[in-house]
Amino acid sequence: MTALTVEALTHSFGGLQALNAVTLSAGVGERLVVLGPNGAGKTTLFNVVTGLIRADAGRIRLFERDVTTLAPHRRARLGLGRTFQITTLFPRLTVLDSVLLAVQGADGARFAFHRPLRAYPRLFEAAERLLDEWGLLDRAHVMTRQLSYGEQRQLELVLALAARPRVLLLDEPTAGLSPGETANVTAMIGRFPRDVTILLIEHDMDVALALAERVVVLFQGRVLAAGTRDDIRRDVRVAEIYLGVDEA
Amino acid sequence: MNRAAVAVAAALLAAVPLALSSYHVGLVTKMLIFAIFAMSLNLVLGYAGLPSLGHAAYFGVAAYAVALVTLRVSDNFWIGFGAGLAAAALTSALFGLLALRAQGSYLLMITLALAQVLWGIAFGWRSLTGGDDGLPGIMRPGPGLPWSLGTGTAFYYFVLVVFALATGALSIVVRSPFGRALVGIRESARRMEVLGYDVWLHTYVAFVLAGTLAGVAGALFVYYNGFVSPAYVSIVFSAMALIMVILGGAGTLFGPALGSAAIVFLENGISAYTERWLLVLGLIYVAVTLFAPTGLVGVLRRVRRWA
Repeated sequence: MTALTVEALTHSFGGLQALNAVTLSAGVGERLVVLGPNGAGKTTLFNVVTGLIRADAGRIRLFERDVTTLAPHRRARLGLGRTFQITTLFPRLTVLDSVLLAVQGADGARFAFHRPLRAYPRLFEAAERLLDEWGLLDRAHVMTRQLSYGEQRQLELVLALAARPRVLLLDEPTAGLSPGETANVTAMIGRFPRDVTILLIEHDMDVALALAERVVVLFQGRVLAAGTRDDIRRDVRVAEIYLGVDEA
Repeated sequence: MNRAAVAVAAALLAAVPLALSSYHVGLVTKMLIFAIFAMSLNLVLGYAGLPSLGHAAYFGVAAYAVALVTLRVSDNFWIGFGAGLAAAALTSALFGLLALRAQGSYLLMITLALAQVLWGIAFGWRSLTGGDDGLPGIMRPGPGLPWSLGTGTAFYYFVLVVFALATGALSIVVRSPFGRALVGIRESARRMEVLGYDVWLHTYVAFVLAGTLAGVAGALFVYYNGFVSPAYVSIVFSAMALIMVILGGAGTLFGPALGSAAIVFLENGISAYTERWLLVLGLIYVAVTLFAPTGLVGVLRRVRRWA
């Protein structure tokens, strides 16, 4: 069974063909890197897969279930999680409150309005366990906007994990980080549960190749190449458009 | 606000009829009614971050329903009050469907336009609503209740109990998973969607809850004045609620009640000297957004930190 299948996915913004019949699939627990220069359609792909943008044509299947026309929150409840390239957090909530919201989103209590949140200790336990596991427990009561940028990127990943996803789309998780912070985040992703399928957009080749088993290269809205790390390293076209001609 | 402050406030409110003249008891009654109105708007504006400039629609529609049922159908309190709540709930359920397709300033304009439609009906349909003259002659509720609310003091205590119940209910709602989700939607709706929240449904439920609670305030205000007029559904009432919320502190439980007390108090004092009350209200709004964007509650918190 594949975790995520995308078939002939097409989307255009006005005259710009952002996605042109993109087809790819990822197995359960697989780690797939999506490479491609700016404007290749990587983030559009994530937006269409999560349902924030509607597909013009094509199919999206999550664990063999067709989700092409489902609303974003319904896809999320089927186990599809994501992070954003531009940090999208809750700036005026504390770290703990943010993670509580994420935990609660995957819990039946998300609509309860007759009891205070305090009446649900399981949500607090889950949130605190996550913060402890990912080293943010001592920051639990800090306002999100007061975190360092590196910590915000970490929180972004914790929020995505807190929703207990089975397929996780990570949009440039190390963008703008220092080498030290990048190593932290890379190690963090490496420790994610093995049964979680991960699609990763990444510009940093070291990060990409450290985490990925398979690579898909997008170029001008099309899949230019797909294969193992070594296939992609040897692919002349990829080297030309992406890695720079001198490496070819 | 901590428990001690709530207890002191409750004791002071309970003692109001013992210490103040009947005129001032009436003034505090009005503050409490508008506090309920402002707190209901705060649920959508302060917590969910949805600006509405038509909140008087639900306040006014409940007021007209109470007046019409009391005058023409039955003077039983529960029937009149129930009709008011039902009218507010249905109107907000309908308006929510239409308005929540938009966001930000567009939402503001649509809620305003919908409320103006009701204002037009209230103003124009003379045979039903009395037009500009409104509907006078609604008595304080007696039938259906175990005691009469005919005196100012009895009515005050009745309003105080409703205010306490509304505040208690809201304090649970805003701290519940649902209420926390509204705050999450205010901070980042997109993130909430990918976390599995049906953002539209959450905001819609909040919208209808807020509209219904505004109806409670509108129903009480008819009994308070014995009278309903198109002013109740007007933009002036909507704007007043908005300014009460912002002056008191949007997104705080007690801020709108403070805002209501301040605005009703100022209106009462300033109206004695000038007809230009709306001008003063506008200046207050500008001053608050410029100098105290977190409202009175924000100022109080800052003072307490220095102390």
